[in-house]
Amino acid sequence: MSAQQQFFEALLDPGQAPPAGLSAWNASDPATRFAVYRNNVLVSLIDALADSYPVTQELVGEEFFRAMARLFVRAEPPRSPLLAFYGEALAGFIERFPPAASLPYLADVARLEMLRVRAYHAADAGQLPAGAIAQALADAETLPDLRVGLHPALRLLRSPYAVVSLWAAHQGIAEISAVDPYQPENALLLRPHLDVELIRLDPGAGAFVAHLLNGETLGSSVEQVSLAHGDFDLGGILALLIRARAITSITTAREEHR
Amino acid sequence: MMIADPRVPPGGGASGPRQARLPARAGIGLKPEHFRQIVDTWPNLGFFEVHAENYLVDGGPFHHYLGRIREHYPLSMHGVGLSIGGESALDEAHLDRLAALLERYAPQSFSEHLAWASHGGVFVNDLLPLPYTAPTLQRVCEHVDQVQTRLRRTILLENPATYVEFAASTMAETDFITEVVRRSGCGLLLDVNNVHVSCINHHRDSYAYLRALPLAAVGEIHLAGFATQHDAAGDPLLIDSHGAPVALAVWDLYAYALDRVGPVATLIERDSDLPSLDVLVAEAAHADSLLGVHAGSAASADRRPDARPQPCPPGAPELAA
Repeated sequence: MSAQQQFFEALLDPGQAPPAGLSAWNASDPATRFAVYRNNVLVSLIDALADSYPVTQELVGEEFFRAMARLFVRAEPPRSPLLAFYGEALAGFIERFPPAASLPYLADVARLEMLRVRAYHAADAGQLPAGAIAQALADAETLPDLRVGLHPALRLLRSPYAVVSLWAAHQGIAEISAVDPYQPENALLLRPHLDVELIRLDPGAGAFVAHLLNGETLGSSVEQVSLAHGDFDLGGILALLIRARAITSITTAREEHR
Repeated sequence: MMIADPRVPPGGGASGPRQARLPARAGIGLKPEHFRQIVDTWPNLGFFEVHAENYLVDGGPFHHYLGRIREHYPLSMHGVGLSIGGESALDEAHLDRLAALLERYAPQSFSEHLAWASHGGVFVNDLLPLPYTAPTLQRVCEHVDQVQTRLRRTILLENPATYVEFAASTMAETDFITEVVRRSGCGLLLDVNNVHVSCINHHRDSYAYLRALPLAAVGEIHLAGFATQHDAAGDPLLIDSHGAPVALAVWDLYAYALDRVGPVATLIERDSDLPSLDVLVAEAAHADSLLGVHAGSAASADRRPDARPQPCPPGAPELAA
């Protein structure tokens, strides 16, 4: 095993002795010095997770979060020097982490927080001018065949838990004691300008956006959603998407409005 | 290239965001917490430095603000993820991403570390030490060559802060760095805090260490703060934390370095316990004063003097002292 391999393995495994061949001018035990590297690696990666998952951390407390993150870092160290999205696997880890079992909604809150990070750093895109959208939607004949292109920052999370309310309560927007975490909620993330906005959609609107994200036509999306959600408000969700500058293209099989 | 003459005489050369090299002035690291205040106030700084990896994202506020700030200031990009000292081959996809980023922002400088940070595809987010041996020298030089060829520019390589040494080392760190610079033609990012930290940690004379570096190749200086711990024998073990103001001993060593190197772009590095922008700008102003930049006459990189903080308007009541 190479010296670097030894060094690397000992970094992430606290049970291993420090690598052989380390020295210090005063012949002191190199374990103390090597521990600086171990600590740097763990703390910097745990800090990166804490930055991405502030509400998850608040829900379980800092001590629990950091202990869990420590295990996560050792199990799933970064595979890329781009740390912005490090910890995307944390939600799955939480689901399989027995000490977190009493908070079944915790994993989805973590998912929501990583989607926020994704939305924040997503590509920029110009919105389709409102006039062009109105024009495209005005023709009843072509309407069902339209495909609506959505902004790259747009993200949707359809959760069996009240993820939007839980998140909002931790921003001081809502009262945590008033939140029933076991109410299903649809979270829509948008980035109209520089800030990421989080909006709770009713179930029909959530299903509709999911169909659009699948690349389905307007007609097919509306038809499926209306069957399941009698109160579906197409005008409401389209107005919301337009207001949030989230519609970047409307295309048909025949032509493209850009 | 910046290595032909890394030193810019004070007041010499073109200034502004499009000049060829970083100016011989103080700059600070660009932090998202300060984005808005910077574009609102355009502080008088010589340049900004960013960690390249933080900007390898598709869009959003990071690119929005860096794009605006780049229009007003020279820029240094500092890589933390290439793992130039790594045994593994360099990550070509990562090099490609960096090349595209450099193309986009045309920074005056790109720098990386004499260290490794990845192994077997895992990135550990720390700058890990190397034994100074002939095979390491060969590998580091090959990697620097590969980076310089792919990025089509000379890079600066930063001297490390280390906490351990290797029994296998056959060269002094300064000799190793001198050889890398000589063979690869790269420049030196002289991290004065790292010199201080490493020399305390390994019981060396920091002034002699500094003199033994290839100072003619210095293209930028880094200054930062450290934390103090102790090793198993109770001797001080300094940690390169970037979480405190620059220490007095480091300012002294910096003044000594400037005597030998001449005025050169100097970064105040702060990555944790981030203070307000004003505190960092004041620290940079202190570096500027040592660089011979006079507060009243310093040409701001910003071309919009009207956007700088204004003195009290005439007739405004004076505050009691």
